[in-house]
Amino acid sequence: MNKDFIQRIGFLLLFVCIITTLFFLGAIIYFIFVKGISIISWEFLTQSPHNAMTEGGIAPVILGTLYLTLGAMIFAVPLGLACAIYLCEYSPKSVVVNIIRVSINNLSGVPSVVFGLFGLAVFVNFFNFKVSILSGSLTLGILALPLIISASQEALIAVPHSIREASLSLGASRWQTIKRIVLPTALPGILTGIILSVGRVAGETAPILFTAAAFYKKGYPKSIFSEVMALPYHIYALMTEGTHPDKQKAIAYGCSLVLLFLVLFISGIAIYMRQRQRSYYG
Amino acid sequence: MDSNVKMQAENVNFFYGTTQALKNINLNIFKNNVTALIGPSGCGKSTFIRLFNRMNELVPNTKLLGRIYLDCQDINSPCVDAVDIRRRIGMVFQKPNPFPKSIFDNVAYGLMVNGVKSRSFIEEKVIQSLKKAALWDEVKNRLRESALSLSGGQQQRLCIARCLAVETEVILFDEPCASLDPISTAKIEELILKLKKDYTIVIVTHNMQQAARISDYTGFFLLGELIEFGKTQELFTAPEDKRTEDYITGRFG
Repeated sequence: MNKDFIQRIGFLLLFVCIITTLFFLGAIIYFIFVKGISIISWEFLTQSPHNAMTEGGIAPVILGTLYLTLGAMIFAVPLGLACAIYLCEYSPKSVVVNIIRVSINNLSGVPSVVFGLFGLAVFVNFFNFKVSILSGSLTLGILALPLIISASQEALIAVPHSIREASLSLGASRWQTIKRIVLPTALPGILTGIILSVGRVAGETAPILFTAAAFYKKGYPKSIFSEVMALPYHIYALMTEGTHPDKQKAIAYGCSLVLLFLVLFISGIAIYMRQRQRSYYG
Repeated sequence: MDSNVKMQAENVNFFYGTTQALKNINLNIFKNNVTALIGPSGCGKSTFIRLFNRMNELVPNTKLLGRIYLDCQDINSPCVDAVDIRRRIGMVFQKPNPFPKSIFDNVAYGLMVNGVKSRSFIEEKVIQSLKKAALWDEVKNRLRESALSLSGGQQQRLCIARCLAVETEVILFDEPCASLDPISTAKIEELILKLKKDYTIVIVTHNMQQAARISDYTGFFLLGELIEFGKTQELFTAPEDKRTEDYITGRFG
């Protein structure tokens, strides 16, 4: 066998792998789309559920997921970014800092239901925030923290040392260098981390199970101390409980489709922002 | 101290961990002159030049013994701010390192971090610096474009303009032409000769012809020691030390 032949086989195998992956991705989207599209209508997106969740829309559910995701990001993005900046730019290189770094990476491997129990114990009971948007957002935020920290760290490390030196050599302080040079240069990478964590947070069920989600709640949430319905938990509830499985199943697929598009939409915004940033920073 | 001396190194020893990179260096940098530092790779010339604007203190686990003076002031004394020293002593690096910002913002950056607020002053200063760095004609219609769209030689002149904008007094060049083609190199050399009217210049270079062409004084480094220092013409035509002669005639290095 000659080199050229082996190379062809190699490329073919790689091509088959990517096609297989794309097939599953496409199949999921297709399946959800076909099953869910029939129920999607203006009313479905803008009305509240009624008749024991067998009729009406899912507007409060969508809103609940948006609130929880937004809340989690408000909490996790500044905190995660600050941690990443400290670890990359300020902390001395020592054993302790290395342990912190490894711990943060391990935190992202903790099963999400464990975060849920932690949220129940700390936010719901100890801080007495009750089952609420606030408790759920904080729990989801903790889940997102390690993702945001490690992505931001990688983005910060990737900023070339040479432009930091250039900034310092012009009489900038370290803080000015971080604020004006390092952070803007690392922004596309940081945004990628945030995109990924938004997708993850919006779709998580276990962390909000005990901390935020309600099986059914009349009307819209009134404050951050309200319980909410949220898309992932709503799907779960529709598929496992209630008295009209057939009607509920259709709504569950509708919810899945909405959740899918919600996540794609949020990612789309972030990707657009990142591209704009990148084209400028060349 | 002689009033023509802008900077002075006195008994400088420098360590990376336990490795001694510089051994007992004494050297004067004269005002409005070009001083070239030559020597083989790893001889400590780049390490030495980075002591002048206190860049080495950003490298962990290093130690400096001895003193370095700028206008008779010890730049490492506790009452001196490193940030202030770095503003007064500009540096142009081996690889052009413009910020990923627009051409205008690259030059304005130094002014902004040093607290200049007036928009019109900044604009005036940016134009003036670009003109001094012989880059204005090439970029005057594209000041808002990314600096990374410039060629390597243009980027290096932009880095020079960036130093000029903060009214630096000394410019340190750390092998500024190492990654440039001969035409860009010629432009930089021409620029250095023009700049010495207003600035004091120190240049580290691998290129002996370059040192001979543009410098007034030359120092030859070998294995962390300053072997010989003197007027460029004398050092190149009648070196006192055998090792200098061997190096400049290409017998090693």
